[in-house]
Amino acid sequence: MNKARLMQGNEAVAEGAIYAGVRFFAGYPITPSTEIAETMAKLLPQVGGKFVQMEDEIASMGAILGASLAGQKVLDATSGPGFSLKQELIGYAACAEIPAVLVDVQRVGPSTGQPTSPSQGDVMQARWGTHGDHPVIALAPWTVREAFDATVMAVNYAERFRTPVILLMDEIVGHLRERVVLPEPGELPVYARRQPKCTRSEGYQPYTPEEDLVPNVADFGEGYRIHVTGLIHDETGFPSGSPSVTEKSIRRLHEKISRAEDEIIHYDEFFLEDADYAVVTFGGVSRTAYEAVQNARRQGIKVGMVRLMTIWPFADKMIARLAKQVQGILVPELNYGQLVGEIERAAAGQCPVKLLAKYNTEIFTPTEIETAIKNLCAGGRI
Amino acid sequence: MERSFEKYFRQNRLPHLWCPGCGNGIAMKAIVMAIEKKGLSQDNTVIVSGIGCSSRASGYMDFDTLHTAHGRAIPFATGIKLARPELNVIVITGDGDCTAIGGNLFIHAARRNVDLTVVLFNNSIYGMTGGQASPMTPYGKKATTAPYGAIDRPFDVCQLAIASGATYVARSTAFHVQHLTEMIAGGFDNQGFSFIEAVVQCPTAYGRKNKLPEPADMMKWMRDQAIMKPAWDKLPAEKREEKFPIGLFYSAQYEDYTTAYDEVIQRAGGDQK
Ligand SMILES: Cc1ncc(C[n+]2csc(CCOP(=O)(O)OP(=O)(O)O)c2C)c(N)n1
Ligand code: SF4
Ligand SMILES: [Mg+2]
Repeated sequence: MNKARLMQGNEAVAEGAIYAGVRFFAGYPITPSTEIAETMAKLLPQVGGKFVQMEDEIASMGAILGASLAGQKVLDATSGPGFSLKQELIGYAACAEIPAVLVDVQRVGPSTGQPTSPSQGDVMQARWGTHGDHPVIALAPWTVREAFDATVMAVNYAERFRTPVILLMDEIVGHLRERVVLPEPGELPVYARRQPKCTRSEGYQPYTPEEDLVPNVADFGEGYRIHVTGLIHDETGFPSGSPSVTEKSIRRLHEKISRAEDEIIHYDEFFLEDADYAVVTFGGVSRTAYEAVQNARRQGIKVGMVRLMTIWPFADKMIARLAKQVQGILVPELNYGQLVGEIERAAAGQCPVKLLAKYNTEIFTPTEIETAIKNLCAGGRI
Repeated sequence: MERSFEKYFRQNRLPHLWCPGCGNGIAMKAIVMAIEKKGLSQDNTVIVSGIGCSSRASGYMDFDTLHTAHGRAIPFATGIKLARPELNVIVITGDGDCTAIGGNLFIHAARRNVDLTVVLFNNSIYGMTGGQASPMTPYGKKATTAPYGAIDRPFDVCQLAIASGATYVARSTAFHVQHLTEMIAGGFDNQGFSFIEAVVQCPTAYGRKNKLPEPADMMKWMRDQAIMKPAWDKLPAEKREEKFPIGLFYSAQYEDYTTAYDEVIQRAGGDQK
């Protein structure tokens, strides 16, 4: 049995990456994500892997994508300004279908903003940061142990769907220290990248999708002599200017994720059985919200809570169901209001959706959220 | 027609998209001749390129090939090399790709001495986007974004490579095909960061604007202005004007990055795993 350890969220990400089989990390230091790079620098060589400190976040992103194409599981960690720099190559990974995990430990922006202060301001950047239509998977853990588990899951999804996966951490969870017992080897599933099913002479094409719409792209150095490009390409991997190829490939990129939504979308529900109101949260804020909801219930308020672990793709169906059940939804976010728009869209007018926004570097207190719950019930201002 | 190099090209991807008289094809051929000369295997060699006319070469070459984003070929190549050190990794880049948008990435890979062979197709211009000035457009020459002549001082990219830590640095031209091939082949021999500048003609976006409208004009210019290094060294300063040296400028023995990394893994005990 693994012993309990006192561990920081960022360290748990690094440990989770090693557990999931990540053997290559390229990064550039930035608060509040740096501990991930530092821990990887220590752990990777111990398991025969490689850590490289690159010259910037663009180089880091390029290096992990190259290593991924050469068959390694890869991860890279950053925060706001670095996340902005990575966007072009996140799109490259989506288009060329290269498995990679990016950790964004969010801090207050825009720009250099408040480097050491918690925020949840990159929700929309995680979705739309790179140009053009593309799918994305983003996971947001709320405990140290879940930071570990979500990292393993992120690596698995990246490999399985051949897409960039964003681990949307926040400073609260990244710097939080908790007592955790890490899983034993074999306890969590670890996905092995699919390999080509036929040889070059049998007519192998790298971008021919399987039934799940994900292609088995050969790793470099295996004798397949494939071509990989960020130009729109057909199943051969070579660029195509054809409108029908373009449409088909953009649609497939989306559908390989949307078809698997039920499997990818994770959330926790608390006290919803009898709930007349609900709080919907994610990440570090969920910890405060949970306490506030419990306090409110002790006072006889029938409030429940949903904690989203998967941010993208968004849990539309669950929110639609919730909006039919309750008379109001409260969305506390450490930003000017981002996820609330998605919740409003999914609730489609079935119940009021109220934002509790905070963007002054401080985290919520339970009382703030509790008061907002009471105001929601009273139909007043939040 | 000589057909011995056909196996290195993806016949079904040809003809290429380059303009008639473009020098990129010559430089690409020189790379495969160097590959043939050194016996690099097609299954064990990866060609990585950025974005530009020059970078389209990767799509025609029958290897594992990677057409990355503008300026980013070198870090992708670094990742490939570190993940699988047994692969030969060759980078094809343009003057804009390598020294403008990719400049920082270029000097850092040279500094680390990652075992890559980088071949820069220098046509002195942004060819793909129609003739804007690059950091290697010569002073006073015209570009669509320098209609009155460039006032930016150009890089001497070979000096930049040397100063950054590259362990093999050479220049040749599309006119000097055999020499260019030798320079590239020498890069394959070096276990470390090798850099070869291949001066090529772009009649369309550069030549026409700069009184060298025919492809042959630019080839003649290369023939007349490029001076072999030993002769260049003896040339008095006043005779060097408008001319440029070609040849091997620098080579040094220094531990390459993947070898150094193996030692890191050893120190950490990771080689036991
Ligand atoms: C981030 C980004 N910026 C700009 C461009 C547009 N662009 C494509 S190629 C190119 C210049 C290429 O010049 P060079 O590297 O010299 O290659 P050449 O075409 O001359 O061979 C530019 C600016 C791009 N593709 N990506
Ligand atoms: S524009 Fe210049 S570099 Fe591009 S293909 Fe034409 S001649 Fe070659
Ligand atoms: Mg150019």
